[in-house]
Amino acid sequence: MPNKNLAPRDQRIDDALDTAGVRHRATLKQEWPLLLLLVFVWGALWQDFSPGNLIFGAVIALVIVNLFPLPPVVLSGRLNLWYCVKLFGWFLGQVVAASVHVAWLAVVRGKKTRSSVIAVPLRTDSDLIVMTVGHVLTLIPGSFVLDVDRSSSTLYLHYIDVDSAREVEKARENIRDIERRLIMAIGSQDEYEAIKNECSPRVRRTKEKP
Amino acid sequence: MDLFLDVLVAVLLILGCLMSLIAGIGLLTFPDMLTRMHAATKPQVLGFLLIFAGLAIHLRSWTVIPVLVLAWAMQLLTAPVSAHMIGRAGYRTKHAAKETLYSDELRQVVEKVSSAPHTGTVPEIDPQETGPDAK
Repeated sequence: MPNKNLAPRDQRIDDALDTAGVRHRATLKQEWPLLLLLVFVWGALWQDFSPGNLIFGAVIALVIVNLFPLPPVVLSGRLNLWYCVKLFGWFLGQVVAASVHVAWLAVVRGKKTRSSVIAVPLRTDSDLIVMTVGHVLTLIPGSFVLDVDRSSSTLYLHYIDVDSAREVEKARENIRDIERRLIMAIGSQDEYEAIKNECSPRVRRTKEKP
Repeated sequence: MDLFLDVLVAVLLILGCLMSLIAGIGLLTFPDMLTRMHAATKPQVLGFLLIFAGLAIHLRSWTVIPVLVLAWAMQLLTAPVSAHMIGRAGYRTKHAAKETLYSDELRQVVEKVSSAPHTGTVPEIDPQETGPDAK
């Protein structure tokens, strides 16, 4: 990536070659949640969660991640279960709303549907958060990711049913709200503090009014 | 009780299938490829969830639930990726009706990058300054 204008960030170069040309490998400490997930997949596919089967699954998971190494997924090391549950509940509600929204557009508006491509610069610089924001916003009403600028954490979205400057701004605010929720749930300690100290969009709007 | 569960299963399955039907209608009625991707990703995720919930109640067995959860999680993970890949490739073709968009903040970026020489630095673009609502 010829990004000479932008200072590299620590995590961004972690998964590429560093200046000495050495590829970084994930350590067991970084990878254990993903190994646990692989063991769960193994147990689920066999429909058998007995200890013997799980141990065999763990052995296979270890063999697989060592034979086919991928760039490490850098987890933030912070997890707030309460916000995760809140996020999941909100997400399910939004999925239902998304289906109703698309159904309404498909049946009523049809060919007249107008949409926009908007750029949303995110506050985070964590790949994991950018990726999860992209996933969540694709599954909830209105938007999906067209392109990503990784060096500035900017998402380019296709936003359906947006045809005025006010709605574009509202759409941008929605995405930043998703980001806020995700950082509250799984973001790193620093980002969590930053989000908590930031005014919520609603507060800012009332302040701007004369 | 059994009758109640059977009715519940029937309702869940029918609602789930309805979601897939909506996805199909959306594919037919939306104007261009990018809007069609919305129809392809959103309703069927909910449809899957409803059908899986119906299946879990109907089979009345705890061992199938991890499989169903796994299948749904895979759906959540893969649907956005496929939408992104198709959208990203399709944006650069004629199938994305770009002239019908209200605003297009990606066009400038793509044009600048594709007009730049193949080696060297990437031009710096401030995403805030693109689009009709620039201040």
